[in-house]
Amino acid sequence: MEYTENNSTIDPALRDKMTKQNVFVTTLDFIYNWGRRSSVWPMQFGLACCAIEMIAAAAARYDIARFGAELFRASPRQADLMIVAGTVTKKMAPNVVRLFNQMAEPKYVIAMGACAVSGGPFADGYNVLRGIDRFIPVDIYIPGCPPRPEVLLHGLMQLQKKIDSQSIRKAEWYQKGLKREFPIPELGPHGLVPKFNPEVWQPPETDHRATHYGHVIRTGKKTKAPNLEPVAVTPSSPSSSAGA
Amino acid sequence: MALLNEIKKDGEILEINFGPQHPSTHGVFRMRVLLEGETVRELKPVMGYLHRNQEQIAENTTYAGIIGFTDRMDYINALSNNFSYCLTAEKLASVEVPERAAYIRVIMAELARLVNHATAVGFLLNDLGSFFTPLLYALRERERILDVFEAVTGSRMMCNYFRFGGVKRDLDENSLTAIKTIVRKFPRFLDEFEALLTSNEILCMRCQNVGVLPADLAINAGITGPTLRASGVNYDIRKIDRYGLYDRFDFKVPLGKKGDVYDRYYVRILEMRESVKILEQALQAIPAGDFIHPKTAPLLRNPRNFKPPAGEAYGRTESPKGELGFYLVSDGTPQPWRCHVRAPSLINLSALETMCLGQKIADIMIILGSIDIVLGETDR
Repeated sequence: MEYTENNSTIDPALRDKMTKQNVFVTTLDFIYNWGRRSSVWPMQFGLACCAIEMIAAAAARYDIARFGAELFRASPRQADLMIVAGTVTKKMAPNVVRLFNQMAEPKYVIAMGACAVSGGPFADGYNVLRGIDRFIPVDIYIPGCPPRPEVLLHGLMQLQKKIDSQSIRKAEWYQKGLKREFPIPELGPHGLVPKFNPEVWQPPETDHRATHYGHVIRTGKKTKAPNLEPVAVTPSSPSSSAGA
Repeated sequence: MALLNEIKKDGEILEINFGPQHPSTHGVFRMRVLLEGETVRELKPVMGYLHRNQEQIAENTTYAGIIGFTDRMDYINALSNNFSYCLTAEKLASVEVPERAAYIRVIMAELARLVNHATAVGFLLNDLGSFFTPLLYALRERERILDVFEAVTGSRMMCNYFRFGGVKRDLDENSLTAIKTIVRKFPRFLDEFEALLTSNEILCMRCQNVGVLPADLAINAGITGPTLRASGVNYDIRKIDRYGLYDRFDFKVPLGKKGDVYDRYYVRILEMRESVKILEQALQAIPAGDFIHPKTAPLLRNPRNFKPPAGEAYGRTESPKGELGFYLVSDGTPQPWRCHVRAPSLINLSALETMCLGQKIADIMIILGSIDIVLGETDR
């Protein structure tokens, strides 16, 4: 997606002239977006490991307050931004979608961490959703396991650029008949129903997961339990055996 | 439930739901609470919102591959989980650990304990209502320790540092100096922290005599870790099993008297002081030598060659949350047949209802905060 800089389209000569007479001239889009991007209120919504790094980003060293996004709200009604920080399991996915539906427009989503982006290291599990973008539209993807706080700040800056590129006349949340309620999946006996929201996400044509199956060794299904005869363990003196 | 039906007839009962999206549940934990007025009459935890099937994944992964997954169980102190898992796998395969590696392990595990207890106390105060101020102090110290972790292991949180028979990389001089600086300055931070909190009247009134857990009940429920020691039971696996090198260090096990929230808070503070003592001794005594056993050093390159003989092993360590145990069953292949985790966060939760019954609704959060759970470990 191409983002435009939030530059005022006013003739610079005119602006300088007016500024000398203590008149500030700007466009509506500029000041509207400036206000919105400088006070993005995220939702306090930690799912797993990445939430700790999100808190670290809010703490003294990284200080997300420099970008106006320090006010973590516990209620989705007061939040502009949902940082999906951590693994979304199939049990949790309906709640995430419901929380997103409860947020007021305009609303944005940052998928923080490998799990929220694609399932991450747990993508092979039976209970892990392979990416929250199957159900809600994601604006910024932040890879990493977990991403460093700096990366979260970079993601936030990218989101600010995206906010800058929007126009008040074309903003979809001011159009009539906007429907941004996303259907909430249900957890059935065989996973989520539906498996994804086709308006938001379509399955890729080639399944790269089948070809890049990194850390898993396929030895076939194990069916025979090991014979657990008592094994003679030689006790070693505490001084020589340090850790074993 | 019979009791509840009786109360329900009066029409005074209110059922409310905490979580899974709640600022104080330390993750995606959910509780169904029945209230009579403001008093808790029943509390049922609902778990599984972060069930990431780690035990199933472990059966499809190599033994060394599991180390990275153990990081993500108790994600605040990843190194303690590494320690427990590697101890179990070494027991299974009868691998020895060189002395320097064992010292490095103790140093890293105790640093992780400092991180965990500092953040646990910070989050507890967060739940108490002093929003973010004590946590800022705790996270400031955490960042200093995480700098060392990053320099040594390459990652801030998910260190993936321990290997069978040693550790992945040696501790160099710069890191040792950095750790010494941290250890020297840490008591000053604790003094500052305690000056703000320990005799603070609001903290005392909110925490004392709240969520009392008697010793006999704690033992029956299988509680371990600081939560158990706050009830006055002297049970520290570092002292009992004397795994690693913990028999060489001189440290005390702080015990509480009543077993209320305040004791649990104060035991954690005292444990941090004892960890600093262990670190001082370990940093003085650390010898030169191998950081991994020469026999298992090739496994760093090719972890799939690690095939323990068929058998089973249970190893446990004193993680900052409690007794963290791994149960591994091997069938002689590079993948374990079974990998079960005895997670202290999950088992410590079993006393939550007992502690909360009869308390006010506002105290639920601090009782939960004082148990110090991590949902990655609870649900796995």
